[in-house]
Amino acid sequence: MITLYDFELSGNCYKLRLLMSILNLPYEIVPVDFFPGREHKSDWFLRLNPFGQLPVLQDGDLTLSDSGAILAYLASKYDGSGLWFPNDPAIIAEVLRWHAVADDITATSSAARLALGYDYPFDIEKSQKGAHRIFRIMDEHLWFGEKQGRDWLCTPAHPTTADIACFPYVMLSEEGGISRQDYPALRRWTDRVRRIPGFTVMSGIFPAGKALEQA
Amino acid sequence: MADKVETKPMPNAPDPVTRNLWYVVAATDELPPGQVETTMLLDTNLAMTRGADGEPVVWLRGDEEKGDEIDAETILDRLPVKNAYGYTWTCLGTPDADLFPIPEFAEPDRKNMSCGSIGIHVSAPRAVENFLDMGHFPYVHTDILGAEPHTEVKEYDVEVSEERDEVLATRCRFIQPRAAKSATSAMEVEYVYRVPHPFCSVLYKSCPEDESRQDVIGIFLQPMTEESCRAHLLQSMIDSYSTIKDMRRFQQTIFGQDKPILENQYPKKLPLDPRAETPIRADKSAIAYRRWLSQKGITYGVIPQAS
Repeated sequence: MITLYDFELSGNCYKLRLLMSILNLPYEIVPVDFFPGREHKSDWFLRLNPFGQLPVLQDGDLTLSDSGAILAYLASKYDGSGLWFPNDPAIIAEVLRWHAVADDITATSSAARLALGYDYPFDIEKSQKGAHRIFRIMDEHLWFGEKQGRDWLCTPAHPTTADIACFPYVMLSEEGGISRQDYPALRRWTDRVRRIPGFTVMSGIFPAGKALEQA
Repeated sequence: MADKVETKPMPNAPDPVTRNLWYVVAATDELPPGQVETTMLLDTNLAMTRGADGEPVVWLRGDEEKGDEIDAETILDRLPVKNAYGYTWTCLGTPDADLFPIPEFAEPDRKNMSCGSIGIHVSAPRAVENFLDMGHFPYVHTDILGAEPHTEVKEYDVEVSEERDEVLATRCRFIQPRAAKSATSAMEVEYVYRVPHPFCSVLYKSCPEDESRQDVIGIFLQPMTEESCRAHLLQSMIDSYSTIKDMRRFQQTIFGQDKPILENQYPKKLPLDPRAETPIRADKSAIAYRRWLSQKGITYGVIPQAS
């Protein structure tokens, strides 16, 4: 059985809930009071992950941390279709490149959200600027992709864990005072992610409008 | 830095009613003893800590930074403080002696908890009004506090209690798939809403575990500026099974759904002119709340009615 150590309002935890929902994988949740309890810095949690960060996932005897690493693990192990983390050297490199971008989105967009909503002492203006810089590059990448018939962040004709990794803190950016108004291709991509079969929401992220569903 | 400050518009001074109110600035347990915590109330920077006795101390912030070590004994120029319902309350003006009562909080078998203090980019009265609204339950809190097709807000009663100076909405009923952490099936839930303070509201709802009693949820808004606030969420529950952590998570899930809706409201200040926004029948409590704020002469965080 898979166990996810989870905080509902964490975008990084949500990445795993989202992929497991898409893969239709059963799992148990152990809630961690990240806020206001700071339980991710408690002794029992630090024994699971000395870095004191969510999420942590246990699968049998394995204890894993880091959302990007866990996405790669879950997809490699449980996605029979092989689509979400394709076993192809060039595509693996491409996906991991976007996992790294996802970490940069966490360091900027999520940091601004934590500063404004959860009283973290981060530099709000610097975080917002950093997020805008990344969103601008993503918007161009996705805009050119659309022109070439590519709907997702990576080359394959289907979504990969790269899309899952980047999605949550793009969607939650407005809580960090970062508008997505100037990034139309980025917004269209978030709509496509929200129409992936098995998609699930978290608090702060709403489903795509039904009326727009493609026949 | 100096020239940057000058380019910002001068905040409106809070009206006297607003200035003299008590406000929550922290969950008392979450204030680190011997360390500075910082916050903002009505455009004023505050510093706070707890003394060796565990009692909170709040003062006007000078050059203190969050996390600085401090001995509360050395703070002589203090703001008034009350420690009530698990929260630290303070006031920038001359406060009333008493805070509004929540007698249920003292019942020995209740589980009382803070659910976190969460910053929201909207005025405090907009957040109060959202708390009073049942119409959004099926759309925003889908499958928890509401679900289609049960979208109707049935007729309910609203009064302004002269004696207690508070807005009171009663006989509010709604079909809820999962009314609380303790709920095991859908139920028609009855709510009572109180607004006993211009920026605080307390709701009472049918308790899934004990038909004769009610769960109590409070939202205490800390207006930081006219267009931003912190929401302090209190739960006082009858629930013998769930842990505090699970009940917190339930409430945070709900609040996390409200947050983007609140932050997308425009204008961010609450318009008090009855013609400014078009109410429907379900908004009866909001109409009474706006009128009550108007009659009190509140101008902070609102767009006052043109006289």
